[in-house]
Amino acid sequence: MSDNFDVPAPLEGVGGWLDDRFHGARGFRVLMRKVFPDHWSFLLGEIALWSFVILLLTGTFLSLFFVPSMNDVVYNGSYVKLDGIRMSEAYQSTLNISFDVRGGLLMRQIHHWAADLFMAALIIHMLRVFFTGAYRKPREINWLIGVGLFTLGLLEGLFGYSLPDDQLSGAGLRIFEGVLQGIPIVGTYLAFFLFGGGFPGNDIVPRMYILHVLLIPGLLLGLITAHLFIMFHQKHTQMPGKGNTEKNVVGQPFFPYFLAKGGAWFFFIFAALVLLATFAEINPIWLYGPYTPVAISSSSQPDFYMGILEGSLRMMPAWEINGFGHTLSLSVLIPGLGPLGLIFGGAAIWPFFEQWATGDRSFHNINDRPRNAPMRTGIGVAAVVFYGVCWAEGANDVIAYNLHIPLYTITWIARVLVFVGPAAAFFITKRICLALQRQDKETLLHGYESGIIRQMPNGEFIEVHRPVNEEARAVLEAKTVPALMPAPGSEDENGVPAPSSRGALGKVRARANRAFAETIVVETNGHGNGHEVGNGHGSAVEAGHGGSAVEAGHGGDQASVGSPTAGQLPAGESPGDSSGS
Amino acid sequence: MSDMDETEGSEGPVAPRRVIGTPPPTPRLLGSTAVAEGGDGGEVSDETSRGEHIGDETTVYTVPEQRAKRVEKIIAGCFTFAFIAGCGFIAAYVGLEVGPNRLGRGDSAVDAALRSNLALGLSLAITLLALGLGALLWVRYLMPDVEVVEERHELRSEPKDRQAFEEYFKEGASNSQFVKRPLVRRTLMLGTLPLLAAPVLLLRDLGPLPGTSLRHTVWSPGRRLLVDGTNQPLTPADFSVPGTQIAIVPEGYEDDADALTKAAVTLIKFRPGELDVPTTMNGSTLVGTMNWTVDNIVAYSRICTHVGCPVGLYEQTTHHLLCPCHQSTFDAAHGANVIFGPAARALPQLPLTTDAQGYLVAKSDFTQPVGPSFWERG
Repeated sequence: MSDNFDVPAPLEGVGGWLDDRFHGARGFRVLMRKVFPDHWSFLLGEIALWSFVILLLTGTFLSLFFVPSMNDVVYNGSYVKLDGIRMSEAYQSTLNISFDVRGGLLMRQIHHWAADLFMAALIIHMLRVFFTGAYRKPREINWLIGVGLFTLGLLEGLFGYSLPDDQLSGAGLRIFEGVLQGIPIVGTYLAFFLFGGGFPGNDIVPRMYILHVLLIPGLLLGLITAHLFIMFHQKHTQMPGKGNTEKNVVGQPFFPYFLAKGGAWFFFIFAALVLLATFAEINPIWLYGPYTPVAISSSSQPDFYMGILEGSLRMMPAWEINGFGHTLSLSVLIPGLGPLGLIFGGAAIWPFFEQWATGDRSFHNINDRPRNAPMRTGIGVAAVVFYGVCWAEGANDVIAYNLHIPLYTITWIARVLVFVGPAAAFFITKRICLALQRQDKETLLHGYESGIIRQMPNGEFIEVHRPVNEEARAVLEAKTVPALMPAPGSEDENGVPAPSSRGALGKVRARANRAFAETIVVETNGHGNGHEVGNGHGSAVEAGHGGSAVEAGHGGDQASVGSPTAGQLPAGESPGDSSGS
Repeated sequence: MSDMDETEGSEGPVAPRRVIGTPPPTPRLLGSTAVAEGGDGGEVSDETSRGEHIGDETTVYTVPEQRAKRVEKIIAGCFTFAFIAGCGFIAAYVGLEVGPNRLGRGDSAVDAALRSNLALGLSLAITLLALGLGALLWVRYLMPDVEVVEERHELRSEPKDRQAFEEYFKEGASNSQFVKRPLVRRTLMLGTLPLLAAPVLLLRDLGPLPGTSLRHTVWSPGRRLLVDGTNQPLTPADFSVPGTQIAIVPEGYEDDADALTKAAVTLIKFRPGELDVPTTMNGSTLVGTMNWTVDNIVAYSRICTHVGCPVGLYEQTTHHLLCPCHQSTFDAAHGANVIFGPAARALPQLPLTTDAQGYLVAKSDFTQPVGPSFWERG
């Protein structure tokens, strides 16, 4: 395959020199041969990674010019519209970066776009991991690291876009401070310590600066490194497919394939960000003016990832409890901590909750198809809808203005939808998942509809069904049926309840288990006997139908079978096909 | 596609092309369309030669040399293009000055910055795109397509390794005497205890304690109301057009952000009879009888009682004050009580009067804390 060539002497020399000192040849060979599975959705996390690299590069450039100070200055610079205006040094230096430093505006805009892309890619990547069940054992820790990265990313972004001390970011910061003050008991103190006294004070910009350029990026870098090393060590999950088993990983080696693809991907992401920074203006702080607590503009919006917080604040009715000389500001506390707490907290405990409810403690290296885990997919879509409603409500004034719907109507719709939407989404998604499972089963049993209409000798028209090919069959059959626990309240013949369903917690667990176990069972042990489970229609749950490791090694068995033939189809299941052959 | 040809073969010449909605031939995301199925029986597309086994777990498809030569030229073209665009980037940096240096060209700093941004951004984007495209074509069409099957090893250690670890750990723990000598163990914990408080303790001087600072503002009896922006005092006669609102800052603190965060005021002029004076409650305080207004001019805190944004929007037909941040809406004609949104309290009202020169001044400070709720507010 490869034309042999001599490694250039200097390169060989350096390699030898390093190996003399680090004993790296063996380890690096393993590293270079590391196999990475191919799937488009595996590139989503990489978008976040490369965005982070670009953030570090552009951020370093910006920090060379930015002055993190709130000292008052009177502007007298290139942007004549603000001549003679009092502003902070932070704002002035941001103007200077934009107008007086060559490439400064470009770097600022790349940095801001990259931050948005980082958060967007993070969210999409997390959704991919969630919906495919890639967080399952042994990858729970990496999932938790991901949740931590998301949280830190929010904070990093908030501090970052607040640094220029412009009118818009100042208003955002004021909201942040107001929410802090709403925390019972310690809130006022937290706010005073963070801001060095009352809002805005003179300390917040330098403090946010050091958090933004050192502390949080350091944590992010550490967590990302850990994330990658753990992923590397545990080997990447793979999608179900022919030849893919729980015990192998099929793909291309790190060197040179993944390296080259990753490099190309980096260039494309960087190019996309540069194009955005060139043609799509972002955060034109010179139009907003320096921060003053007196002024505000309508349609003030934070960056998109803070939209959920903004929207939940807007949605909340005015609830406040006064008594015993204290004020409990529920209209700030609930939206400030509730939705994000629900999303982050829910994401963090989900893998463990799922293990608890399904009783599934086995290793999972093959990803689930979302349809094959209706409960998880339903909950996931419900969370997306919940997030989406809060997020959209964060722009309710823009929506009201553009769609000519009264502002309060939109808020009322959001107040209702935030509860009804997720519930409906859960129910609908679960039904769709089960319907898709049913369709998969049909396809496995009868083949797919080929679109070919054939006339029978008796004049009857039928559509020819064809058996799916090996690749598709492997995908369709890759399905784990959750083990069923004893039903809630079930007892054995002596009237003793099953240990797992004992007590209140046990009942909850048994109930959750039944919800998780609802699935369409497909017999997958071999070919051509699919018709034996023809009575398995509906959402029948069969107790004891195998552990979740049932599929392990199964795909491998099929890999040796040749290309599909019509003979594989059960006789009588597809009259059109049998007449054709 | 060869895959279709083979499966359709038995159907004779009537076999149609792929019908929409039916599964595609064996999908492969990247690389050629060859199916890595092992040497025998696998379909191989016309784009690649037959797969070659390397060992028993790697399948390799090489690209025909003639085709590789063609691709090589395209890739080289990409990289050359990247070089040219990169040179363009340097030229744009050197050639297009911004800031003070561009003066004399007769255009604004914004134009110069945007021009530089366009040239730098475009050249950089083209460079990166060309590099990315070249690299992609390289890995996709020049490198032989390889599929490797690697075994996953059990993550959990062998039982004997676990046991060996446990034994060694026990031995070490026992050698350390940590378990055997509770006095040492407990005093060690005691010794580190105060250190745990240090990080929290050291943060104490980050800021002053709130005290009562959130309860009062810089408004005091006789302090003049200045118009924000011009910083001029005004008489009731200066502000005689009903239906308007202006932002007010206290005299002496015109540019003090810390003071304005609490002291900023919205001044509204009503037509006679519009302001609901006799029954006005501002929150729970009856203010109608206290004579806090002057000549149908009323002053409310500009700081939203929700989370502190300036309540900057005023709709004169309905007398609604609206906070643009979270749409808390206050009825200015009725003590600025909340009629919609998340704010829980009315905007505090600033008592007004006029001084000897006839200028509007504060009668006193606000009688209740302004701005967002806080725990100690009560």
